Amino acid sequence: MPEPKDQAPVVRLRGVRKQFGPDTTAASGQPIHALDGIDLDVHQGELVCLLGPSGCGKSTLLNVIAGFVKPDAGTVEAFGRPVVAPGPERAMVFQEYALFPWMTVSENIAFGLEIKKAPAAQVRETVEALLAKLSLRGFGDRFPKDLSGGMRQRVAIARALAVDSPMLLMDEPFGALDALTRRSMQEELLRIWGELRKTIVFVTHGIDESVVLADRVVVMTYRPGTVKRIVEVGLPRPRQPASPGFAAVLAELTALVQEEQMRHERDEASAGAI
Amino acid sequence: MIRALRSLAAPLVVLLCWEATCRFAHVSPAILPPPSQVARKWIEYLRGGELAADALSTLFRVAVGFALGAGLALPLGLWMGARDRVYTVFNPLIQVLRPIPPIAWIPLSILWFGLGNPPSFFLIALGAFFPVLMNTIAGVRNVDAIYLRVAQNLGASSATLFRRVLLPGAMPQILAGLRIGVGVAFICVIVAEMIAVNNGLGYRILEAREYFWSDKIIAGMITIGLIGLVIDTGMARLNDRLLRWHRGIESA
Repeated sequence: MPEPKDQAPVVRLRGVRKQFGPDTTAASGQPIHALDGIDLDVHQGELVCLLGPSGCGKSTLLNVIAGFVKPDAGTVEAFGRPVVAPGPERAMVFQEYALFPWMTVSENIAFGLEIKKAPAAQVRETVEALLAKLSLRGFGDRFPKDLSGGMRQRVAIARALAVDSPMLLMDEPFGALDALTRRSMQEELLRIWGELRKTIVFVTHGIDESVVLADRVVVMTYRPGTVKRIVEVGLPRPRQPASPGFAAVLAELTALVQEEQMRHERDEASAGAI
Repeated sequence: MIRALRSLAAPLVVLLCWEATCRFAHVSPAILPPPSQVARKWIEYLRGGELAADALSTLFRVAVGFALGAGLALPLGLWMGARDRVYTVFNPLIQVLRPIPPIAWIPLSILWFGLGNPPSFFLIALGAFFPVLMNTIAGVRNVDAIYLRVAQNLGASSATLFRRVLLPGAMPQILAGLRIGVGVAFICVIVAEMIAVNNGLGYRILEAREYFWSDKIIAGMITIGLIGLVIDTGMARLNDRLLRWHRGIESA
């Protein structure tokens, strides 16, 4: 991967803060500082993983970039323009697939193009190409309920790719898959990324997943969610757990995440004690 | 084949017991005629052309009343389901009117519309209105927010959101509402015909009572049952066709 640091970043976050609540159901009754003082640049063609224990605000951060969540403070820019609303140039792949169950696989993939009023021939062509690219040939007329989890997520990725978004935002997309399927989906994602040169922001709580995928791993702290450290994964691809250097990066990230995990548990314990 | 026989077993046993009771317990045919007599009457009723005429006028009233009721309930339900503010405005009114059974509207409907078809249209429309409305509202409100987010993310306008996400997402419940609505419309048409008009199946069975024609009463009732069955089967078929994607989705 050439380092395109000299170019302007495609996503630029400065001082992003977001607070939810106060949550009356929580024992403390305190507002939740989901994000605080987040500065982050994502560059063209980069695959960045947001990593942290659950509840650290990594999904919130992704939703801020997507335009679903408005930050309380700070600036969010994508492609040089402030983010004010969701848009197809920041296509999102959701954790629970979120395929429209009333549409066939092909209709799901075509959805984004059709609402852009793309000509029918182009829609058909794109759908065919994506079905082939994601090993979904022959499944175009099926409904999502007839597909396995892995295939559903492939359709969701195809749907996001159909709008030819320069960037993919992925919210724990493989979290619900079994280990083997997750493995092959990771490979598939890397293949597509290599082919299409998309910028990808990928939220995960799987440390090994982030080492397999990322150019850079952004480790987040637990409440308030801040950037704890950004780890560059300089390993050549494809990466296997047995590849040289893999274990070292994994250990470094594990230590960082565990620190936060323990802080989280201490907080829970002290909240429980009150 | 065996399945078909099995589902015919219960009606056959009822018919046999009924026939036997009438024959051996010497029940007066004016109180309870045996099924064989009812069948003969039914054929006579059919041959004379009266049955077809009655059934058609009943169906015509159901069609018009249901079209009116559902035709008003659907857009209102979609609007209320999609817009919280609209829901807040209309909901209290609906909650007060909904528990009033359509039958309680009979006196007013006759005062307002006189006799003949108009009051029966009104009652049937009223009966169909609420189940369709309530199910449509609930259907739209129950569409998972994640689908809205996906559509927004891909750049959908609010018109597209409505047409391609809210409407199909709500469709299972809307169709369930329509099915219940047809059922209620059928109840209302019989009641309306007993009161406001002088033809149709409801009128006919009340008329038969005047002459103690119990066989004709029952023949009329069975016709109502059969028509209801046909309509409901048709609705179920429509349901299956439109909701191919939905069958068994909860277990998936």
